[in-house]
Amino acid sequence: MKAAHHPIQRPRDAKLLVVDAAGMLQLAPRAELANFLTRGDLLVANDAATLPASLSGLHLRSGAPIEVRLAGRRTLAVDDLREFSAIVFGAGDHRTRTEDRSPPPPLRAGDTLALGPLRARVLRMLDHPRLVALAFDGTPDEIWAGIARHGKPVQYAHVTEPLALWDVWTRVAALPVAFEPPSAGFLLDWRLLHALAERGVEFATLTHAAGLSSTGDPALDARLPFDEPYRLPQATVDAIERARRRGGRVIALGTTVTRALEHAASQPHALRAGDGLADQRLGAASTLRVVDAIVSGTHEPGTSHYELLRAFAHDDVLARADAVLLANGYRTHEFGDSVLIARAARQCASSAAIEAEYRDACAKVRPAVDRHAVLDPERV
Amino acid sequence: MTTPSSSSSTLSPLRVAVTGGTSGLGLALVRALHARGAQVAFVARDARRVQRVADELPGTHGIVGDIADKLDTHRIALQLNAALGGLDVLVNNASSLGPVPLALLADTDCEDLESALAANLVGPFRLTKALLGSLATRARARPEARALVVNISSDAAVTPYAGWGAYGASKAALLHLSRIWNEELAEHRVRVVSFDPGDMDTPLHAQAVPDADPATLKKPADAARELLALIDAEVTRTAA
Repeated sequence: MKAAHHPIQRPRDAKLLVVDAAGMLQLAPRAELANFLTRGDLLVANDAATLPASLSGLHLRSGAPIEVRLAGRRTLAVDDLREFSAIVFGAGDHRTRTEDRSPPPPLRAGDTLALGPLRARVLRMLDHPRLVALAFDGTPDEIWAGIARHGKPVQYAHVTEPLALWDVWTRVAALPVAFEPPSAGFLLDWRLLHALAERGVEFATLTHAAGLSSTGDPALDARLPFDEPYRLPQATVDAIERARRRGGRVIALGTTVTRALEHAASQPHALRAGDGLADQRLGAASTLRVVDAIVSGTHEPGTSHYELLRAFAHDDVLARADAVLLANGYRTHEFGDSVLIARAARQCASSAAIEAEYRDACAKVRPAVDRHAVLDPERV
Repeated sequence: MTTPSSSSSTLSPLRVAVTGGTSGLGLALVRALHARGAQVAFVARDARRVQRVADELPGTHGIVGDIADKLDTHRIALQLNAALGGLDVLVNNASSLGPVPLALLADTDCEDLESALAANLVGPFRLTKALLGSLATRARARPEARALVVNISSDAAVTPYAGWGAYGASKAALLHLSRIWNEELAEHRVRVVSFDPGDMDTPLHAQAVPDADPATLKKPADAARELLALIDAEVTRTAA
């Protein structure tokens, strides 16, 4: 798939691929997303604002220029931000592909990093020459001010123009805790929220500290996603329970929302409001307990995001979807096009009840599609 | 309308952001909110004055930034969200008089009109927009309350006073923007209201009317009390 090169959150020609519970594929303009949600559904978005998590500066012991990309924090508490995990690169910036970035100078515990107005100390190495735990000097207000003024959004080489914070904040961005944008949420605007309300679709949010999607280093990339803290509001838990009671679907806007909700649902006390640390990986073998469908960007096989999509759809369906995305010029990466994937009715597929639910799900999706080309899975 | 004394318990957990918080009405409001136990963050351009107010009022968060500067908008919004962990009330108080001394419109440089519009209209628009996610999130989290934006207005927004062209036109535009936004955001339980504090004994008024007798002017602290009562009433009024 080709990358979306321009930081436009809602291009007029953005496209959507809908994958229903039966594995049927359908192309549509993304502007029609609301038409694929039905009365009673609940859309859950990630309201995390994105930090300018790229901090350039110097490794003082060697005098070498470095770029630090903040990558993780144990909690979302706004006054607990002294310690971060971070990826460190050598000289250069986003215009070089991450895979080609120079390594940082040899780092060790106790090193001081001068990052604009900020000073940080390396607390310890995290089992990789590029991955450190670091602590900033100063009060929380001073650290936030330093990050706000000196930091730049984490950026990759496929987008050439420098990103501003407004390029990476969704319309619902609130608490600044994401290290990369929860980019599935780029499609949101206030007009869509109005359209959803008119349709009888509820909207709720949670806050999830979306982490880095790529480090350029195969060994580190294999460890993604890192643990990500999240906060699930009581109002959102209530909305999920309401949706279930009325038979509506819970639709996650993005992989981060899916990860947070499924983590919360896997806890002994089931879905409960509060703070958590999502440390699980979702993939083909995962059982989805709460999320019925996902709206996501398009992702390429091999990435952790793609692995997560395998929890929703069979591999053969995803392979057909990939072929359709490619054949129809869908764009990938954070400013690209979108998919809506309903959870396949596959778990306990032998049970008659599930079979019935499967048929219902197909019946529910199909009538909505006459205006669009319905792609026969056998012929794609 | 509830009185400040009877409603302190409703206001105390509120998270409030105030622009122009180091002088005049803004400073009086920050002091009053602090005294009431609200969580307060304030914005102003001068780093030393920001530090002085933050030192005077422990627990408040001082943020240095210029709301008229587009590049500062998200930096300010980020720090406000971080300092308060969420936002119930945004008070767009920072204002610019336009040309000083006041000038007839026909003598007003267009750059002076533009800077008045930047501070009094475009700045509050941008900052409110950047913080809307936060305000709407809090409104969803607190079904018993509403989120609130207060835009500080003036009788010059309504009455065409000669010599007040840049200021009056920019405040008139802000007043109308507030009305439209209030309509659009009602479904999200975010209120957008205007508040006219009257002629106060403030640095801005002294710039405009240097020879005014301070004794004839309202004390900023009195206007701040009225504004607190308005915030109380608007935040706690159940959504229709």
